[in-house]
Amino acid sequence: MSLFFPAYLVPGIQEIIAKFVGLLSSPRAWQAIIATVLRILVGLALGFVVGLALGTAMGVSRQVEAYTKPLLHFVMGVPALCWTIIAIIWFANIEIRVLFIMLVVTFPVFAIQILDAIRGVQKDLSDMLLAFRPTPRQYFDLLIVPTIIPAALTAWKVNLGYAARVVIVAELVGASVGVGNGLLRAQELFDMGLVLAWTLVLAFFLVLGEFLLGRLEAWLLAWRPTVQHTPATWERL
Amino acid sequence: MPKIVVDHLAKEFTTGRERVVAIADLTFTVEEGELVAIVGRTGCGKSTFLSLLLGVEVPTRGDIRIDGKHPYYDFACFRGRLGVVFQSHRLMPWRTALDNARLGLEILGYPEEEQRRRATAWLHRLGLKGFEWAYPHQLSGGMQQRVSIARAFAVEPEILLCDEAFGHLDELTALELRSIFLDLVRAEHKTGLFVTHDIDEAIEMGERILVFGRPGRVLEDLAVPARAREDDAERLRLRRHILETMRAEGSSIDARALV
Repeated sequence: MSLFFPAYLVPGIQEIIAKFVGLLSSPRAWQAIIATVLRILVGLALGFVVGLALGTAMGVSRQVEAYTKPLLHFVMGVPALCWTIIAIIWFANIEIRVLFIMLVVTFPVFAIQILDAIRGVQKDLSDMLLAFRPTPRQYFDLLIVPTIIPAALTAWKVNLGYAARVVIVAELVGASVGVGNGLLRAQELFDMGLVLAWTLVLAFFLVLGEFLLGRLEAWLLAWRPTVQHTPATWERL
Repeated sequence: MPKIVVDHLAKEFTTGRERVVAIADLTFTVEEGELVAIVGRTGCGKSTFLSLLLGVEVPTRGDIRIDGKHPYYDFACFRGRLGVVFQSHRLMPWRTALDNARLGLEILGYPEEEQRRRATAWLHRLGLKGFEWAYPHQLSGGMQQRVSIARAFAVEPEILLCDEAFGHLDELTALELRSIFLDLVRAEHKTGLFVTHDIDEAIEMGERILVFGRPGRVLEDLAVPARAREDDAERLRLRRHILETMRAEGSSIDARALV
């Protein structure tokens, strides 16, 4: 594309790579990358803790579900940009602002996935376990936790990409350090090469995060039988 | 005092706008160390009765007691006292054969070393040496059922319940597992309740047979003479008698009797 458009709109690959390498060798850029990655991780962890608690409470109590589910759907229905504006008005501190946005955006996905997993606990397994008379804690540890692990991992994977997009928007409006701030400065300088280099940095860390989650999933769900779909499978259907 | 007392027990379920009677009126007792087979047609409330005995369902009417305690209301009193082998293996897919077999011991709080030692011994006794670390999906149906027997026996329960546990296995495997099960029950002097829809299996397994009718009630309470297991003619006579009892009842039943 760089052959057909001026360099200030679509710079050449060499320029983008040079700026990408330049970013990776700059301590200031690393400070921004670490700040953004930490914001994503802390935001996701907070969203997971709140979502896990709420999803579990809804899973064990129909009453809690009846009161909480409509609220959850309302929170999910509000666009991330609206939450960003609300956060700007409510909080002066940038870190609290980002954390708040990350929380409201991610915890409903965790809560809904965990609720569905708890609702999906097999009655057969539950009855078998109850025959041994476990304590409530044992019932939770031996049956509920292994049942919700696949759902929680799916929610983490869904939320990771979502959280990265949201954190960039949040950083664009007020953060002095972060990938979002870096993008804003590149835009102010009209430096398209730098914008694409920052985008590459973000994409690289997202792919790395997804890879690590994939490894964790493979380790935690090693017991799950896998089906290999080959072209021959589809030919037989 | 009998080990198990069932007194005018009834269980009804609501499905949509209908109320379905699963158990109409059950009354019988089981003595300690007795091995009782419960036989009946599909839908006669055999499995529902086991759920009531396990305390995972609450009776609609009547009473059920084990050593004077109610399995539902005195739930915690039966910690480690009941062992069940279900129709399907009900193994936890995320646990290995060994981890499934030691599940009850883990709940009872045995040290991990002891859990592994006892569960391994039971797996070996049931012919699963070398399969301790296999996940359920890596085992055959017969092997999965062996693991579930090991899980039930490992806690050394007072009462063993078997819910059509060998019905879906091939004849040879079922024969072998029945024999292992009987040997274990007799050697350990357990009280056993064996639910089945197979009359031959009931004769082979039970010292006494309760013939259930639909909806759940006792049509006949028969003692199984030892010669019925050795003499083909005697076995056939008993088999015919049970069949006729079920058939006579079957012509006048309404499976979904409305309340």
